[in-house]
Amino acid sequence: MRKPVARMWNGALWLFCALVALWLAAPSLIVIPLSLTDKPSFSFPPTGWSTRWYTNFFQDPSWVGALASSLQVGALVAIVATIAGTAAAAALTRSAFRGQQTVNAILLAPMIAPVIVVAVGLYALFLRANLLGTTLGFVIAHSVLALPFVIIPVTASLNGFDRRLESAAAMCGANRWTTFRQVTLPLVAPGVISGALFAFVTSFDEVVLSLFIQSPYLQTLPVKMYASVTRDTDPTIAAAATLILGLTTVLTLTITLYIARRNRVR
Amino acid sequence: MATVEALVAGSITADTVIDQAAPSKRWGRLGLLVPAGLLLIVGFVVPLVIMLWYAFTDPSVGFGNFAWYLGDAVQQRILLRTFTTAVNVTVVCLLLGYPYAYAMVAAGPKLRAVLTLLVLVPFWTSLMVRTFAWVILLQDHGPLQSLLATVGLGQIPLIRTNLGVVIGMSQVLLPFFVLPLYAVMTNIDRRLILASSSLGAGPLTSFFRIWLPLSLPGVGAGSLIVFISSLGFYVTPALLGSPGNSLISQQIFTQVNGLLQWGRAGTMGVVLIVITLAILAILALVIGRSTSTIKGVR
Repeated sequence: MRKPVARMWNGALWLFCALVALWLAAPSLIVIPLSLTDKPSFSFPPTGWSTRWYTNFFQDPSWVGALASSLQVGALVAIVATIAGTAAAAALTRSAFRGQQTVNAILLAPMIAPVIVVAVGLYALFLRANLLGTTLGFVIAHSVLALPFVIIPVTASLNGFDRRLESAAAMCGANRWTTFRQVTLPLVAPGVISGALFAFVTSFDEVVLSLFIQSPYLQTLPVKMYASVTRDTDPTIAAAATLILGLTTVLTLTITLYIARRNRVR
Repeated sequence: MATVEALVAGSITADTVIDQAAPSKRWGRLGLLVPAGLLLIVGFVVPLVIMLWYAFTDPSVGFGNFAWYLGDAVQQRILLRTFTTAVNVTVVCLLLGYPYAYAMVAAGPKLRAVLTLLVLVPFWTSLMVRTFAWVILLQDHGPLQSLLATVGLGQIPLIRTNLGVVIGMSQVLLPFFVLPLYAVMTNIDRRLILASSSLGAGPLTSFFRIWLPLSLPGVGAGSLIVFISSLGFYVTPALLGSPGNSLISQQIFTQVNGLLQWGRAGTMGVVLIVITLAILAILALVIGRSTSTIKGVR
């Protein structure tokens, strides 16, 4: 007697989950058809198709400029956050010291603190230091947010490898630098590379801090989108959104496939 | 953002080897923390200190800003609205996320991969892109409104309402609920369910007496992250809501941007951080206690 009831429950569960899955994945995808609309409005679904909004995107210096700034800031953040984060992860895994838990907590605090408060404080600081709308300002702000995304995977790969390999290299006569370059680095490379890619994506997507530290002279792509959404109904935003979606998807798939392959080789 | 899972799971608990190196070497290793430390000081600590400083000194030294905050009925309403919104978002995430996480655990490997992928899609979709998508979906005469009209609910206003804000925010935050909960559920020993049913418990009894209590730490962790993130969320409420139903984060922006009231903005920042820390502390206690009793029962 219980069987049909159980089957009904199961059916209901899977139906429910399919709906939740749709709700999770579908909304972001609607920017793709919208970017191909032929009308200068956000009306959805579009009734005719054209690529004029992409032409518009690449012919408008402010959109292209924003894309270039985003790519440049993202690349710099990937470098800065990866170096700082990898060094910190090495310090945290290689030595036990008093207050280590506190240091961990502080390094990860930017993930929990309300971003809006940090953003306004940063605005006040950069206002005085003349860093508003500068590449340096953006790189500092984004690197702080990107740090945990480097520290966590690098720590994981540092914990995952056999430290006797380093001792073995030392016994074979390698000095510290050679050991690091030839033994440690190749083994933690997956963690470092995925950390760098996550750092890039974090910076490329960041919007709240950027809104406060931007200036008309330097805007990243999400900031330009934000300003455009509040001001006008121009589907060029949808074209920009589709480009961001495409780029971050490619990068994240790269990370995932890269890690999967590394794991299989081992 | 995928790191939230690690964060919830107790994160970086490196099984550290006690360092027996010479003190100088040890300081050298601590020196590795300097670049990250400098970044954090400039980009995180100093901004927070500036906000704290403003709260107590701008325009004059003292508790004037806090007196204003506590005495202003509008601010009380905004704080209450922020709380209600955060609670609503958390409840929506709980209702949608719990069955989803359960299905992820119950599914076969292939289906599980699909479900996991779908939870991760929002992670690598930019917050700005997703919020923009909700602007489109919720707009007047937009797809969602027409859908509701077809069902017979009439023209319900969605954008520039608190309902729209809750809808958008819960979609943005749902993965933060599902992932920690999934992490906890996969670790539940399923033989316990077998044991309870072999002792004569029906599926419902097994669920309520075994599965639900064991998954509670995940529910706690997920709710905590969603609730705290909702309290300080800026972009989504700013674009989907309206100034008439603004949340505390939008008020902070207005105080600085429109009114140049740095002291008041600092005060709201302090209020937001104190509330966040208080919730963290309380829930850490509760979760700690419930996990320890569960372990005790085991």
